[in-house]
Amino acid sequence: MAAILAPAKALAVNPLKVSQPVGAALAFLGLARAMPLEHGARGCAAFNKLFFMRHFREPIALQTTAMDQVTTILGADDNVVEALATLAARDRPEVVGLVATGLAETQGADIPRTLAAFRAAHPELAAMAVVPVSATDTQGCLESGFALAVEAILEHLGPRGPAARRRPGQVNLLASSMLSPGDIDALRLWLEAFGLDAVVLPDLGDSLDGHLIEAGYSPLTYGGTPRPAIAAMAASAATLVVGPSLDRAARRLAERTGLPTYHFPGLTGLDACDAFTHTLAKIAGRPVPPRLLRARDRLLDAMVDCQFQLGGTRVALAADPDLVGALAAFLGGMGLEVVAALASARGPALAAVPLPEVVVGDFEDVERLARERGAELIIANSHGAPVAARLGLPLLRTGFPITDIHGAPSLASVGYDGSRRLLFELANLMLGHYREIAPYRSRYRGDAPC
Amino acid sequence: MRSTDQIAALKSEPACAHNAKGKSGCARPQPGATQGGCCFDGARNALLPIADAAHIVHGPIGCAGSSWDNRGTRSSGAELYRIGMTTDLNDMDVIMGQGEKRLLAAIRQAVERYDPAAVFVYVTCVPALHGDDVEAVCKAAAARLGRPVIPVDCAGFYGNKNLGNRIAGDVIYRHVIGTAEPPPPPAAAERPGITRHDVNLIGEWNVGGEFWSMAPLFDELGLRLLCTFSGDSRFHEVRTMHRAEANMVVCSKAMIHVARKLREDWSIPYFEGSFYGMADTSRSLRDFARLLNDADLSARTEALIAREEAHVEAALAPLRPRLAGKRALIFTGGYKSWSMVSAMQDLGLEVVATGTEKSTEEDKARIRALMGERARMIEDNDQKALLRTFAETGADILIAGDRYIYPTLKSRLPFLDIDHVRAVGYAGYGGMIELARNLDRTLASPVWRQVAAPPPWAVAARAA
Repeated sequence: MAAILAPAKALAVNPLKVSQPVGAALAFLGLARAMPLEHGARGCAAFNKLFFMRHFREPIALQTTAMDQVTTILGADDNVVEALATLAARDRPEVVGLVATGLAETQGADIPRTLAAFRAAHPELAAMAVVPVSATDTQGCLESGFALAVEAILEHLGPRGPAARRRPGQVNLLASSMLSPGDIDALRLWLEAFGLDAVVLPDLGDSLDGHLIEAGYSPLTYGGTPRPAIAAMAASAATLVVGPSLDRAARRLAERTGLPTYHFPGLTGLDACDAFTHTLAKIAGRPVPPRLLRARDRLLDAMVDCQFQLGGTRVALAADPDLVGALAAFLGGMGLEVVAALASARGPALAAVPLPEVVVGDFEDVERLARERGAELIIANSHGAPVAARLGLPLLRTGFPITDIHGAPSLASVGYDGSRRLLFELANLMLGHYREIAPYRSRYRGDAPC
Repeated sequence: MRSTDQIAALKSEPACAHNAKGKSGCARPQPGATQGGCCFDGARNALLPIADAAHIVHGPIGCAGSSWDNRGTRSSGAELYRIGMTTDLNDMDVIMGQGEKRLLAAIRQAVERYDPAAVFVYVTCVPALHGDDVEAVCKAAAARLGRPVIPVDCAGFYGNKNLGNRIAGDVIYRHVIGTAEPPPPPAAAERPGITRHDVNLIGEWNVGGEFWSMAPLFDELGLRLLCTFSGDSRFHEVRTMHRAEANMVVCSKAMIHVARKLREDWSIPYFEGSFYGMADTSRSLRDFARLLNDADLSARTEALIAREEAHVEAALAPLRPRLAGKRALIFTGGYKSWSMVSAMQDLGLEVVATGTEKSTEEDKARIRALMGERARMIEDNDQKALLRTFAETGADILIAGDRYIYPTLKSRLPFLDIDHVRAVGYAGYGGMIELARNLDRTLASPVWRQVAAPPPWAVAARAA
């Protein structure tokens, strides 16, 4: 059990935290033919779009209600109606995620009344789903905004009650914002190994995996969870939840559908992978397939091979709460020592993090704690690069945003293979940064080195 | 090619206690059950750390191709020793007898391109068998290029690595030592009131730069190292070794004849010591003071030892309870078979067995002195036997050279690498702390528990 410390600071320096609206928009980017619409000033969406473009290196579907001076004071409800109608006419999305930002929330926007007004004004657009989510940036972080959106999606598009007919090979997978498109892909294969077909919500593995399509450019998402699949989630055999930030969404789903639900704080590292594999074997009623057993044996081999390189390495870890929890467990299992754990905000994962304390803070805190506690490795997003450079330490990139390397979203860190990949990456970072004993020139040897 | 008589002469070492009886360290290898390197391996390893020399492997690609730049030895300046050079002999060279010509051209290329202080030419199996007159080629090359060119006749089939070490020492003694005088030390280096003494280390390889944690102490005591043969050494330093007042044979029994010759021909006393473990490190410093017969040096040495040991003890204090009583199985060659025992015992570990693959009778006597008369020694270098011993002795950790890493790890056993290719330094007082830390990390790693436990579904199936 970790103590959660939040230093009182007036000034956040080099923020670790990304806003809730960004997280909410990200969740909608994992739905098929979808468009997130941020209810706020135009800058919110512009910044967030660029943020995602730099991270995923993909075009990003994201629009704004473009609140201005007048509508901010006098009411921006008309902006929402107009924006929805415009989107419907131009891009014909199946789902619009209406993300209320801090500006709209502060203004006191009445979203339900506004949506009723939109429906009344445009009965011809009844087929276009609009999922509103209140994701003010005055609270939480990317992860919690993402979770709020997942809850809203289930609320508006999910099943209303238990299914009449079951689909025995189908399971629901609620995937937290800590999972990359590469992670989702790996999870799908993991399930397929047991003959299980997953409804992944949201499915970033299908939408933001970075693939070209016949049509070329699309203003909407390039894939993602299809709307009918969300409605059919009640027919699944069970719900798997990866990431404590989605526990509440899972509970709501379970209340409605009566499905058994299995919670996994993370899927990186041997114990976490074994727990997931064991659950799948039980749900599917099948033995663990040889391919997975081999992958497990490979992970074991990598663990003993990397043990010496990594054992005792002092780590400063900074990310959103789910990722802090998942990585802290993984690193501890490999004998690394997390000497500083920083979360961008509070979250349900933090209390169970296997560390004495987690600090809610920014990169200034990361830098200070890493220096004070003699960290040898930084694990953080790309904003950690200057910090790592100043401290002369290697950086393992994780979380959001990762802007200074190619292909980060495609990398899997979950599962036996993903854990192994991450181990090798960690070991290579430490190998490349190993500081040998400094050369010593005897005073008797003279000045000219030779 | 060397005659069998020449090889037998090299194997005879009057300074070794076991010289009169069968040489356990030089046993005939058993085909099909042999591990460990050849003569070439041993000779090249011994000389390669001479950092400003070109090291040319004369032979087909097999010898250098898989082994160049594979040493953990470090230099504080020149990096030429890390450039892999070989004549890469091909079929036509062998059939048409072009090996000598090719070698001469190779030496010229090395000298013109890299401007080495000297060239070492290692003769491997194929040219030795073929009968290349490498000595003549080297002589001609030296005359033409105005650079020392030294042949090292060390074909792999002559014998094991130990013999290769000895060949290297023999070559150095005959061709290099005594060919130059040491330069006067820089005036700024001398300190009033401190009498400087010139000494050598023989068989110190500076693996992972580990000697750099000892070198400042030598400076502090006023001991000038004419040559650390051969870790972080330079060719001209090797030439001046005959002017030392005392020698320390550090790691390799196979190098002891260099010390013996220096005593016979130049009246330089020597002792055998080690920088592994605190007790041995302190003893080695005391032995220098004793051989140099300087009361002031002795007093300053004692003060330095007291200071360093206190520092080590303070650093080890939190680790001692974690290491106490842990059972170590040490498997390494020769000298380290007992110097490591001593180091582990310093740390409070119990050594349950030690390997004696390349150990001499004297090494074994020291093991018995440290571990008692019933010390368990493992002669057999078979890995399965080693793993069996690990289980039988209830060991917690295996401490061995790199060859054993992966078989041990496959067996899911904690392992600490003390081989010469590692990049971690364990020598001296600082190395002792590093060693203790790494032992603790390895022993305490949660990985061993995880890899040994059955997966949860197997546990569930067993319970059902």
